[in-house]
Amino acid sequence: MSATAARMTALSTRGVNKRFGSLVVAADVEIDLPAGVRYALIGPNGAGKTTLINLMTGMLRPDAGHILLGDDDITALPPQARVRRGLVRTYQINSLFPYLSALESVTLAVCERRGVARTWWRPLTAYRDEVDEAYGILGTLNLAAVCHRPTRELAYGQQRLLEIALALAARPKVLLLDEPAAGVPRDESNDLFAAIAGLSRDITVLFIEHDMELVFRFASRVIVMVGGGVLTEGTPAEIAADERVRAVYLGERQRVGAR
Amino acid sequence: MTTQTISGPHAVLQAQARWRTAEIAFWLATLLPFVLAPDYLVLASQVAIAALFVLSLDLILGFSGIISLGHAAYFGVGAYTAGLISVHGWGEPLSGLVIAGTASGILGYVTSFIIARFRHLALIMITLGLGLLLQEAANAASWLTGGFDGLQGIHTWPLFGRIDFDLYGYTAYSYALAVLFVVFVAARRIIHSPFGLALRGIRENGARMPAIGAPTHSHIRTIYTIAAVIAGLAGALLSQTTATVSLEALGFQRSADVLVMLILGGAGRLYGGLIGAVVYMVARDQFSGLNPQFWYFWIGLLLIGVVMFLPNGILGGLAFAAERLKSAARKRPPVSAP
Repeated sequence: MSATAARMTALSTRGVNKRFGSLVVAADVEIDLPAGVRYALIGPNGAGKTTLINLMTGMLRPDAGHILLGDDDITALPPQARVRRGLVRTYQINSLFPYLSALESVTLAVCERRGVARTWWRPLTAYRDEVDEAYGILGTLNLAAVCHRPTRELAYGQQRLLEIALALAARPKVLLLDEPAAGVPRDESNDLFAAIAGLSRDITVLFIEHDMELVFRFASRVIVMVGGGVLTEGTPAEIAADERVRAVYLGERQRVGAR
Repeated sequence: MTTQTISGPHAVLQAQARWRTAEIAFWLATLLPFVLAPDYLVLASQVAIAALFVLSLDLILGFSGIISLGHAAYFGVGAYTAGLISVHGWGEPLSGLVIAGTASGILGYVTSFIIARFRHLALIMITLGLGLLLQEAANAASWLTGGFDGLQGIHTWPLFGRIDFDLYGYTAYSYALAVLFVVFVAARRIIHSPFGLALRGIRENGARMPAIGAPTHSHIRTIYTIAAVIAGLAGALLSQTTATVSLEALGFQRSADVLVMLILGGAGRLYGGLIGAVVYMVARDQFSGLNPQFWYFWIGLLLIGVVMFLPNGILGGLAFAAERLKSAARKRPPVSAP
């Protein structure tokens, strides 16, 4: 514990609780993400992984507890204010702008970050730096060639990449990826994770992923959630050897197999 | 295959914002009534005012996805404000226009705080409620508004102090068309600005906007206020050019009519609303000439037909047809065999 506490903490939760009626979706969640680390968040369906991202990003308000970005308590901030401070997420199910082109979408995100999206008296084309930056982000994700296509016409895998591009346009300090490769075929999901692995080390990444092979390849540490609470945390090797984790996943597998 | 040169990210965006030949042709065509139908200039001025009102709704509904069934509230406030200052001794049209736009803009800004918090069905009910509320308030305040009889004694002074408003509508149409054009150019500028892009983002996926750091509510408040100002300008033009204001300026019927015009023409395309206004107003004029009691039957038929066969409105249908023709031309081999 002291080893991790000595490093700069990018994001942490303190005693975060949340219930929907009688269903506990977050139970005393205490997480510290050291800056620059690649974290995987795993756990069976319904463990509260996406809920935790919603709580961290302000899409949900916790019943109790605090969310800290660096040293700042951001529990009371609305989602867009957290984004502007560098806490950015992507969605498990594509949540994009169907009739905007990829370039327009990312340019919009860049304009919002730079605070120019309120100006209505100057044409967008005058903001060449913003457009260039958006184009550059799309380039790093191999989307430059299709950047003028409306989003709804992009291939599914390209739309997943565009999710990440939108997040990067906000210049995240902490990036929360909710199953970035959900629904993407195995060979493509490798490319997608390679892109994530290639992100600057200044960005702290937490990703939810079900594919253990990807988790062990791309995560330096793993958090396991069950029933709204954190079961354990450790290096991929420690998690792989953990009997309790195995029990949780074995139970899950048996349930799935019995169907 | 045609060779497509990829010239960086800017060329395509610039091409989107450029004035097209069809646009220039459209605005030149608005001058035709002076030559071709000088007997219909009064109608033409009504069309221009309706078009301005539709443009206002297009900015919120077509571009930002904010549905409204009570947009006549802002039109009515503009109309009554312009009428009232004229009745009380100030009939100068341009300053009247500015004052009316300011009044409706203030109402728009105040109500935008409620509007920004809701979407979809709730928004339909809220805008409808606001519209009804204002109409009843105007009815109750008959000492101010003239109530059911409307405002009496509006007199609009000559434009620029020298051009009288004539019976044939020369001045009225010129005036309304000029205001429409100026506001249109401003609206077009808004649409092609970063703010316009943010509005389209809200329309496409309002829930996603906070996750890219966008202050969605603040954006909605801004555009709603701008739209209210424009609606107020349209209302002011109506009371200045017709020298009457009645409760009908605030009525639900007007809110419904403007929505129909926008959907007929095609929402979210700037010109769609203008074309919708022309089609609707001319159709109303013609149909009510045939049978004054029955004309809404034909409007109903027109609306159903357009929505069934041209889901994106008349302009959407035209754009689709043009796209098909273009892609058919592209697919054809460069040297056709026969």
